[in-house]
Amino acid sequence: MKTPSYLQQFFEETGDISRFAARFFKEGFKPRYEFGELVRQAFFIGYKSLPLVGITAFIMGLVLTIQSRPTLVEFGAESWLPGMVSVSLVREIAPMITALIAAGKIGSSIGAELGSMKVTEQIDAMEVSGTNPFKFLVVTRILAATLMLPILSLWSNAIALYGAYLGANIKGIVSWSLYWSQVFQAISYSDFIPSLIKTFFFGFAIGVIGCYKGYNSKKGTEGVGNSANSAVVVSSLTIFVIDLIAVQITDLLGLT
Amino acid sequence: MENAVVHEAVLVIKDLCKSFGTNKVLDHFNLDLYKGENLVVLGKSGSGKSVLIKCIIGLMKPEDGSITIFGQDVLTLEHEDLDRLRMKIGFLFQSNALYDSMTVRENLVFPLRRHWLKKELNKDKTDELVLEALYNVGLEHTINMMPVELSGGMRKRIALARTLILKPEIILYDEPTTGLDPITAKEIIQLMIDIQKKYQTSSVIISHDLQCVSMAADRVAMLIDGICYATGTYPQLKKSQDPKVKLFFD
Repeated sequence: MKTPSYLQQFFEETGDISRFAARFFKEGFKPRYEFGELVRQAFFIGYKSLPLVGITAFIMGLVLTIQSRPTLVEFGAESWLPGMVSVSLVREIAPMITALIAAGKIGSSIGAELGSMKVTEQIDAMEVSGTNPFKFLVVTRILAATLMLPILSLWSNAIALYGAYLGANIKGIVSWSLYWSQVFQAISYSDFIPSLIKTFFFGFAIGVIGCYKGYNSKKGTEGVGNSANSAVVVSSLTIFVIDLIAVQITDLLGLT
Repeated sequence: MENAVVHEAVLVIKDLCKSFGTNKVLDHFNLDLYKGENLVVLGKSGSGKSVLIKCIIGLMKPEDGSITIFGQDVLTLEHEDLDRLRMKIGFLFQSNALYDSMTVRENLVFPLRRHWLKKELNKDKTDELVLEALYNVGLEHTINMMPVELSGGMRKRIALARTLILKPEIILYDEPTTGLDPITAKEIIQLMIDIQKKYQTSSVIISHDLQCVSMAADRVAMLIDGICYATGTYPQLKKSQDPKVKLFFD
């Protein structure tokens, strides 16, 4: 039986992305290290994403609290609101939303930037200039995305919990100290640590897929557009797959 | 063109073969470049001219044949040795390939990042090299500008300045006048000739622009059907009665 072409294409691309990721480990830990470029990329990926991630997280926290209240009121469990919302945010919603926002913002920008560098021969020019373009462009971006995603996720958690505090006070009164004491009573390290660990993998996936798509961009402006687009689509899907696996592992380890 | 061409080959290409799928682009291609010579490789679009110089600089691997530069076989060199050899070779890309996210100064400094050069070059020496390269192309005032702020002709000049910063002995030009108006193209060709005279470089110029060929070429090699079909000076080839050669000059 012949394998359908779309399946063959899927497996081929998965194999290529895996080889690309393996090359990151092979070349990324050998000198020469591009620290300057790494810091520059960390600034663009991390610092420049703070406002977008912050606004989204704030709205998520606020909306989740407002929408959860009626159900809890119905069961007479309104006092559980801060605890329930904080567990949802810390365990799942904040890391996922941060990763999806990053896939859109960072994945597309990496895909488009490297794609445009590829079609305008800038990557070849780097090679000729004695700089390993894989190390300079790819390793730095993957590393920056992997390191910045957990920081963005922490930031997102903090802002979302603040949004939830405001949400809790729209139709009720919860003091600042009571809110935070209920939040910290509900959250444990087993909620926080696994969700933080998975954000490293989210960042790695966004970096690898964005770089792979850009680095292997086809010639022409259409090729650059396709690279940016598929970087977002594939990394968003990969984030869901990683999340699914992470939840299973957390469950197996008894951390639920 | 009257240059002091010494008949000492600095670049020797023997039986070079390169194909893409079933399309044989280079089929046992042979060519020599002599010291101090401006050699124009003339051919139709898609005939494999750019593939040829990408093979010379080591950006593409041919299937067969050899490329010897200053006695070193490019195809068998280790990465660091190839990189050291590349310091003697300048490459002007067709699209200029200036780094969009960097200023003109940063673009020019980029080839000096090589770790063994970093030890030899302090900031003053680097600045001196940058200013000299910009002086050669008459664009000292653009040092802090971004590539997007420059016109097409200026970008070509800055790309040429970046090519010159390491004072290469061989310069490879990939269609240097493509996309430029005739006046700017003429200025760029004149600049290439001036640079050749000033630094005694040897050049391979890939082109299908007859103005460029007539002004810059000491010798012309015609790339037709994957082989070096004919070589000679511009007037010699212009007078040729070979139908394939005549097609270019009619």
